[in-house]
Amino acid sequence: MTGSNGGIPRWVDVGLIPLINILMAFFVSGLIILLIGEDPIEAVGILLYGAFGTDYGIGYTLYYTTNFIFTGLAVAVAFHAGLFNIGGEGQAYIGGLGVGLVLLSLDSSLPLILLVPISILASALFGAAWAYIPAYLQAYRGSHIVITTIMFNFIASALMVYLLVNVLIQPGQMSPQSREFADTSWLPFMHEVFAWFGMSITRSPLNLSIFWALICCALVWAFIWRTRWGYEIRTVGFNETAAVYAGINPKKIVILAMCVSGGLAGFVGLNEILGVHHRLLLNFQLGYGFAGIAVALMGRNHPIGIILASLLFGTLYQGGAELSFDMPKVTREMVEVVQGLVILFSGALALMIKPTVERIYVVVAAIAAGRRSTVEG
Amino acid sequence: MIAIELRGINKSFGPVHANKDVALNIDKGTIHGIIGENGAGKSTLMSILYGFYEADSGDVLINGEVTRIRSSHEAIAAGIGMVHQHFMLVDPFSVVENVMLGAEGGALLDKGIDKTREELERLKREYGLEVPVDSLAGDLPVGLQQRVEILKALYRGAQILILDEPTGVLTPQETDQLFRILKALKDQGVTVILITHKLQEIMAVTDGVSVMRGGEMVAHRKTSETSKEELAELMVGRKVLLKVDKEAAQPQEAALKVEGLSVIGADGVARLDNVSLSVRRGEIVGVAGVSGNGQSELLAALSGIVAPSKGKIALNGTTITREKPLDASEFRDLGVAHVPEDRHRMGLVTAFTADESAILGYHRDEAYNGAILMKRNAIVEDCAQKMADFDVRPPNPKLKSANFSGGNQQKIVLAREMAQKPNVLLVGQPTRGVDIGAIEYIHKNLVAMRDAGAAVLLVSVELEEIMSLSDRILVMFEGRIVGEVDAKDANERMLGLMMANANPETDPNGKAQAAGDMQEGAEL
Amino acid sequence: MKQILLAASAALVLSAASVSAADVSPAVVFDMGGKFDKSFNEGVFNGVEKFKAETGISYREFEVTNETQREQALRRMAQRGADPVVGVGFAQGPAMEKVAKEFPDTRFTIIDMVVDLPNVQSVVFKEQEGSFLVGVLAAAASQNAKVGFVGGMDIPLIRKFACGYEQGAKHANADIEIIQNMTGTTPAAWNNPSKGGELAKGQFDRGVDVIYAAAGATGVGVYQAAKDNGKFAIGVDSNQNYLHPGTMLTSMLKRVDVAAYNAFKGAQDGTWKPGIQVLGLAEGGIDWAVDEHNKSLITSDMQTMMDQVKADIISGKISVHDYMSDNSCSY
Repeated sequence: MTGSNGGIPRWVDVGLIPLINILMAFFVSGLIILLIGEDPIEAVGILLYGAFGTDYGIGYTLYYTTNFIFTGLAVAVAFHAGLFNIGGEGQAYIGGLGVGLVLLSLDSSLPLILLVPISILASALFGAAWAYIPAYLQAYRGSHIVITTIMFNFIASALMVYLLVNVLIQPGQMSPQSREFADTSWLPFMHEVFAWFGMSITRSPLNLSIFWALICCALVWAFIWRTRWGYEIRTVGFNETAAVYAGINPKKIVILAMCVSGGLAGFVGLNEILGVHHRLLLNFQLGYGFAGIAVALMGRNHPIGIILASLLFGTLYQGGAELSFDMPKVTREMVEVVQGLVILFSGALALMIKPTVERIYVVVAAIAAGRRSTVEG
Repeated sequence: MIAIELRGINKSFGPVHANKDVALNIDKGTIHGIIGENGAGKSTLMSILYGFYEADSGDVLINGEVTRIRSSHEAIAAGIGMVHQHFMLVDPFSVVENVMLGAEGGALLDKGIDKTREELERLKREYGLEVPVDSLAGDLPVGLQQRVEILKALYRGAQILILDEPTGVLTPQETDQLFRILKALKDQGVTVILITHKLQEIMAVTDGVSVMRGGEMVAHRKTSETSKEELAELMVGRKVLLKVDKEAAQPQEAALKVEGLSVIGADGVARLDNVSLSVRRGEIVGVAGVSGNGQSELLAALSGIVAPSKGKIALNGTTITREKPLDASEFRDLGVAHVPEDRHRMGLVTAFTADESAILGYHRDEAYNGAILMKRNAIVEDCAQKMADFDVRPPNPKLKSANFSGGNQQKIVLAREMAQKPNVLLVGQPTRGVDIGAIEYIHKNLVAMRDAGAAVLLVSVELEEIMSLSDRILVMFEGRIVGEVDAKDANERMLGLMMANANPETDPNGKAQAAGDMQEGAEL
Repeated sequence: MKQILLAASAALVLSAASVSAADVSPAVVFDMGGKFDKSFNEGVFNGVEKFKAETGISYREFEVTNETQREQALRRMAQRGADPVVGVGFAQGPAMEKVAKEFPDTRFTIIDMVVDLPNVQSVVFKEQEGSFLVGVLAAAASQNAKVGFVGGMDIPLIRKFACGYEQGAKHANADIEIIQNMTGTTPAAWNNPSKGGELAKGQFDRGVDVIYAAAGATGVGVYQAAKDNGKFAIGVDSNQNYLHPGTMLTSMLKRVDVAAYNAFKGAQDGTWKPGIQVLGLAEGGIDWAVDEHNKSLITSDMQTMMDQVKADIISGKISVHDYMSDNSCSY
């Protein structure tokens, strides 16, 4: 039977439809902003200027983007195996713990060039370990991964509070934070990197982690589409029966995919702990793990899409903050509503407009073809 | 009087012209067959008639009046009912509830149920359509489920009934019953449209037949004035060999030996019950049986998809038991290739490109892998070669597996499995949903595998296929092998009775049952 | 890039001009709880609103939503020429430390935390003293010699409250039993009234008849449970006596509103001074609340005892151990 998606070019599917979704989200947001008595056009201007108008704004936007890339990739890898990893939040948290423990024990004894790979390894291992337990429970005990990963977010949170309140806290210090790492162990900020080359840009939390994020995109792409492990992950994700037929053990794949996923989420800890805060603290991961779900959804689980979706979310986070600076009536809750609308339209309602757009495309294409043929005739 | 007239129907999907200027007349109170290969446009045409699609141009006339059908509601209003290939029943609902679904007649169900009961009573009187109205639909055998579907259509006032491939899931006996019902409907003035690819059914039951090819209506015939051979030729557009042409088998030593094999499901029920068989190199052993009598589990156990619960499988010097199970990839290493019954669920990954599907199960082979990355070029070239060898169309390794027709998907699976030159080839339903041209090709290749020295185990619910391909035939019923016959001595009636576990020679419930008991006794 | 920098510097010039136009251009950065948390942030909000009402000078504000935004918000305020900039909560300490260094000419005030810089005013409170006081009152009001404590998120600051309360209760009745619960270990613990209510009911079932809640909005559930069960509850941070007159025994007052108001006002008057301000009972930054809503619950004996204890703490006769001095509640 001929399907209804015959003849729709890919750019409509991956370019035009997401764009229309975002515009629809902005349109509804505009109505809400209008309702509270502000000018939506001006608000969009402030948001975009806040995110891209200054090197400072760009720095923040890209800093947020870095986190979203990590969690978006994490969700995507699990998704390719047909798993819904809601636990990015906890895996990022524990990944940060890994970085923190490495730095707290080695920061003044090793040079940065060694600390960075060790930290990368530690964040990946800790994040992966945190994902391994729910993965094991799913594969061998049948506990649903959505439930267990959510539970593990809470356990991670409780564990971190316990450690920071009772064990790792810097004595005589009000907030539950570890001591600051030796400044020789900090991952260079981008404004520092630019300074090496004699260029001066405003300081922002953007640091070298963003390059690691981009490298991870390439690695994930190669892993999923160019290795036999990725092949097996996708087989299980698309069709578990076919996987068993092919001699693939779905249990092992669940574990593999979740560990890779957890490791990627753990890199949020790299950006936050080694790159920005330079100490272990509470709640640095807040919200990124969940936003990663929306990022992966929007990015169609493909690294390129994830980079673009992350950039969009980075823009919303940074531009949204600037918006509440400059428009006091636009509270942070309003900004969250705008973000929520973008997620709603491009995630949950992504397929809502698809049939309409396809129909319009077919009509337009037919008219264009008709005109062409009459010209030729 | 003409019940349905189609005039100049055109329908395109993008560049695909699925129906070209189709015209059709069907007399009231007749059974009319529509045949054609997959992709010939039968389903599109019926979907237009049933309101799933609207034609780009052309008219539909019902009882002589131009009628616009834009939804299934409008189709029902116009007196058209459809019985789909896959039943649309709610399993946990009773028959009554299923029949009135969508026509409940109010917020409270009591009245609707009473009305439906009366109506079912009337339909039973008029057409002889008997069903246990209070049983759950999911508990009924397939034949009865199909009857419920027919009742659903009639309950909604259908005077024109479309049946899409209705016999695919039925035993020969159930098929006979269905045909009796269709004839009864015809006698009551109902018009029946039968879509099928089985030529013998067309010959057996229809009054007229229309042939589609490439989106066009290529011929209309009175059934009494045509033959299977002519219809096949019209469908394919060339002469077709309906009989498989093969030499006598030259069996050698046994390549696969199974002793006392049982597979017990999670519910404790034996899906495969103490099965013993052997397949020799150079022969095709056919396994006949009504779908769901353990054939799937037999293939699964012999290919490593499920582990045996009891008994042993001997393969190439290795013995597989419950204590020493092997997985599917280890079975492949022992030279077992498996063309699964359900290519969509198992044989390939429809979301994969063809070249990815063409290495499924062999994706760890050195030929396709470097140290870390897979060898893209080798995989694409390998697929292109397989496509050329098996005449897969279109020969594009980068096309999504789902976008190939059923026959071409099956050729990809066959190409993949046969390319390994296996010692043992397990084949399940090789021609299900495959068009006639491809069937001929697939059958020829299976015989060639046999002649090249492979041991072939063929599972099929198509008796014609079993009889024409096999050298020996085993019959399965409720997980057991209830009979073995030499293909030369087999006929359809005898196999049909064995499939229903009614011994052909004696009383239907006597001896065969005793044989079953003896088997169980032996196990103890 | 040049254009962007130009635009940015134009913005700076503009905001500098606005500084000279008004006397002060104050700003406040609320923390994650948000300015309507019925507790700490809201106290600050009330203080700055009072300033705005009195002087007619409006202020900039921002509510942070994640860890990184604290620094961003403080810096943004300073860049826009805000002065003074008030940061609410200990969590803003590290961020303020960085930003205050970058803007040495901007005056910063941080509440609940010490940042030792020449342009930062740090306001901290001796919560242990107020908690001690309400602990004494709780013990006096308890019929069963069992008092309870419900904390929000389990962090040192809240343990500081609990520790002071415990000492006060023991001071009034050495044999008293104290049952403590923390609501949770995540920030959600600040905003979980139903869990607060359940913890309170659990404590009541074990014989407790007075509960002190230091749990942000979670406390609302504790107070409701106390009312439903006819037991006493003690409010925290701002005066919460009005919530349920008759069962709200008192509230431990932490005058963050005063601190915020003083920061703004001091900057306007020119009396703003950097350095550490420790506000305790003696400074009036900490107190317990008696008003028309709970007057009837406080007997004259209680009143006398409370006045005595308060005087003793101020005079130093009673010294209250601070949990955070050694991260333990040993006294």
